[in-house]
Amino acid sequence: MTTESDTRRTTQKGGPEQEIVFKDSMSVRHALDWIFAILVFIATIIGLVVLAVLLMDIARDGVTRLSWDFLTSFPSVSPENSGIYPALLGSLWLLGLTALFSVPLGVGAAVYLEEYASDTWLTRLIEVNISNLAGVPSIIYGLLGLGIFVNLLGPVTGGQSLISGALTLSLLILPIIIIATREALRTISDSVREGGYALGATRWEVIRSHLLPMALPGALTGTILALSRAIGETAPLIVVGAATYLTFSPSGPQSAYSALPIQIYSWVSQPQPAFQVNAAAGIVVLMLVLLLTNSVAIYLRNRYQRRA
Amino acid sequence: MATNAEQKGRSGDALWRRESRTRHFRERAIKIVLAACAYVSVLTTFGIVFVLIFETIDFFQEVSIIGFLTSTTWSAAFANPQFGIVVLISGTLLTTVIAIAVALPVGLLAAIYLSEYASTRLRRWLKPALEILAGVPTIVYGYFALTFVTPFLQETIFPQLTIFNALSAGLVMGVMIIPTIASVSEDAIYAVPGSLREGAYALGATKREVATRIVVPAALSGIVAATILGISRAVGETMIVAVAAGALAQFDFNPLDPAQTMTAFIVQVASGDTPTGSLTYNTIFAVGTTLFLITLVLNIVSYLFVRRFRETY
Repeated sequence: MTTESDTRRTTQKGGPEQEIVFKDSMSVRHALDWIFAILVFIATIIGLVVLAVLLMDIARDGVTRLSWDFLTSFPSVSPENSGIYPALLGSLWLLGLTALFSVPLGVGAAVYLEEYASDTWLTRLIEVNISNLAGVPSIIYGLLGLGIFVNLLGPVTGGQSLISGALTLSLLILPIIIIATREALRTISDSVREGGYALGATRWEVIRSHLLPMALPGALTGTILALSRAIGETAPLIVVGAATYLTFSPSGPQSAYSALPIQIYSWVSQPQPAFQVNAAAGIVVLMLVLLLTNSVAIYLRNRYQRRA
Repeated sequence: MATNAEQKGRSGDALWRRESRTRHFRERAIKIVLAACAYVSVLTTFGIVFVLIFETIDFFQEVSIIGFLTSTTWSAAFANPQFGIVVLISGTLLTTVIAIAVALPVGLLAAIYLSEYASTRLRRWLKPALEILAGVPTIVYGYFALTFVTPFLQETIFPQLTIFNALSAGLVMGVMIIPTIASVSEDAIYAVPGSLREGAYALGATKREVATRIVVPAALSGIVAATILGISRAVGETMIVAVAAGALAQFDFNPLDPAQTMTAFIVQVASGDTPTGSLTYNTIFAVGTTLFLITLVLNIVSYLFVRRFRETY
């Protein structure tokens, strides 16, 4: 009560017009605030709504087409007999080979930059270079793979082969693995390193026995997320010549190959609606594979975190 | 004490010496191997630049660089081919503008919500949930744009929409870029010191006024960086436009018509059988060089803006 009369007295001193302007504007401002709060909430939710619609749309189109036959058949000119067997196998091959190439390189580079490299212009150049590579469009990596792995090193890699595809994907995801591993190494307290040196361990001994195991959860999560990105990549594989119509399964690293996203792209591009259904079913399989890899990442992270 | 330690040191020394040479050698070898891993990234950049320049020089020996930059016709597959890169750039520009028109307002408002309105617990759930949008393979978005968004728009707003069009591709691409813009802007908005907000509240500002008049202007360089990063993603995005925007290269800014981007052209050529060393083969590298230069400039500008907002606070 006293405060209210107090305010009234002060505002009356300033003139009655000011009091009215102030009051009017307050209700408008509060209304605007309320609208704005709803607006920002909608903006946050809208992406998730689209995601839900997308997942439901694909499930509705594709789930009925899924069968054991679909998983174990080869592509065919008739949509009903087509399957994704060689594409699924190709994707698993790519996953394995890409992990084989990219993980040692990425972790090695991260350890060097975080534990060995001194702060020189050369180190800074490598760092700027890595963050720039993370922003290069994936299709440019495809052109790199086409020029180097498919054509220049064709006699070694076998041209348009699994190796060429996996090497291209490895270079594509290398920056992600390096950045994730560096961040994991950076969170380890220096007392661990100093403790190791105090006991007479060399730099590498400390890295191998303490730093790498401690950085494992973070590095592993980042690596698996990077690999799941590699599984979903389409554009670079088209450029380095993954096949869309393969009647045999890949026999070795130098074999021709297909991959899940490539097979989906080839079906999406067909005008017949039955092939579009195949594409949706292929997408369901691809999304299930991604869900699986991401769950593994989360599971491993939780498990190792608990142990540490 | 001292003698004890000395004795221990001496016996330790003997053990130490016997090993030290191999140990020292191993340490050096490991350091070199690890450094080599780090230099692979530099080699990658060199590889990209080398391949692009090499093939592009081949291309410009057959096609005049002036025609490439000034012609407004792109007909690479025809008997008398015309290479006006402007046409592909216009297609890229059109889809990018549509994507940013979706992603910038939505991403920025989402960033404001996450940083200024959401509780810490909700924020911890919403941020990773939004990130899922960036993890969905782009071929999936392409399918969604072609088989859901286009028919939906045809039935509701634009009956004259063609099956392949820039609008659906751009809209879906915008959704894909939301997390990029939201996440980088949120970092910038979150970094604005609390004292600025408190000062504004003390002067009688409401929460909306603090967010839009104080926090957003203070985080502006970070938001600009986020937007440029989003543009760079949109320019380099391939599968959505290759699937949903069609393969008709024309100099036309009508979003209801088909459009071909630089990336979609590369995919179109690479999907067919193109003999190595042919003019068409070289064309994709010339287009790739243009694309690489554009994204490089965008990434550098974005990097400079990010560094600026980091230096301020």
